[in-house]
Amino acid sequence: MCTTCGCGEGETTIEGHAHHHDHEHHHEHSHDYGQGPAHAHAPGMSQSRMVQVEQDILSKNNQYAAANRNHFTGHEILALNLVSSPGSGKTTLLTKSLEQLQQRFSVAVIEGDQQTANDAERIRATGAKALQINTGRGCHLDAHMVGHGVEALKPADGSLLFIENVGNLVCPAAFDLGEAHKVVILSVTEGEDKPLKYPDMFHAAGLMLLNKIDLLPYLDFDVEQCIENARRINPGIKVIQLSATTGEGIDGWLQWIEAEHRQIAAGELETVAQD
Amino acid sequence: MHEMSLCESLLQLIEDSAASNHFTKVKTVWLEIGKLAAVEPEAMRFNFDLVMKGSPAEGAKLEMVELPAIARCVACEKDVEISQRYDGCPDCGAAGLILSSGDEMRIRELEVI
Repeated sequence: MCTTCGCGEGETTIEGHAHHHDHEHHHEHSHDYGQGPAHAHAPGMSQSRMVQVEQDILSKNNQYAAANRNHFTGHEILALNLVSSPGSGKTTLLTKSLEQLQQRFSVAVIEGDQQTANDAERIRATGAKALQINTGRGCHLDAHMVGHGVEALKPADGSLLFIENVGNLVCPAAFDLGEAHKVVILSVTEGEDKPLKYPDMFHAAGLMLLNKIDLLPYLDFDVEQCIENARRINPGIKVIQLSATTGEGIDGWLQWIEAEHRQIAAGELETVAQD
Repeated sequence: MHEMSLCESLLQLIEDSAASNHFTKVKTVWLEIGKLAAVEPEAMRFNFDLVMKGSPAEGAKLEMVELPAIARCVACEKDVEISQRYDGCPDCGAAGLILSSGDEMRIRELEVI
């Protein structure tokens, strides 16, 4: 456990992070003393009293996320949080994208997995800076881990930062990392009703990448139905169809990244913080 | 699945509150959980008991109050109650409702000694 800022991610390991803290964490405290024993919930016996807390359970995460977001916007870094189920092709898509993006941008990648540094090694093979975070028993990255990851990785001003979350369509939806957007990747081998089955994630994402479209001729997958399902959950979600393997549609994705990057560089990006 | 993390966040908030409000023992924790928040009450209770061990809230009772999910229908401009994110408007049937509440995960208050 990290004794300086009290982080309790006991099984989390961040490459190169020795739990040294030179940054300040903000801790807000409730000073509200409540309404005493006459309050509706008080049992009216013993010396117990009510303390009003009225805080979001994830308020600590959200404070770290806000600090990350300030850092990203202050340094004109476009941070994207890539989320999907395991096996959707996130890392393959990323390595293919990096080959082209690195001609124009400085790119850094934070890789989240329960175990192994395999994905960070795949990313480093492209020449991009990468840092592996192993969450141990954890099923998602949180903003505090990402903050430490950014300290270690030091993405350059004006760069792109991809945060590849743990493969999981449930938990990462609830944890704001300070990213500009969540990008959800769905492969056509998964079934067109995934947006309905995992609505929180598709609701939280700004962009859906429909991957592995080169396999459509071999599958009974209804693309239109899938997009309709996603829009039923999130009317504003943008959709790009692509194949990381053949390269089809990748240009649309790269153009979307460039447009978002231009906005953040111009200070115009309307980033979406979670409730 | 992430109820363990939620309970760890909850523990931090309780410990902060114990320091600033000067209490040593929590008898009851009241949470407000939106109907569409990704929280499974049984998993929450299971993890709560584990995570709170050795803290001021060890053995505390966990009370979860479910808040309804309210969404605005852009077609008929009514606020309606829904039970799933993909629900259409119960009045006019339109899809694409905008959720206004129902995904909260809040700690409301503590009964302390």
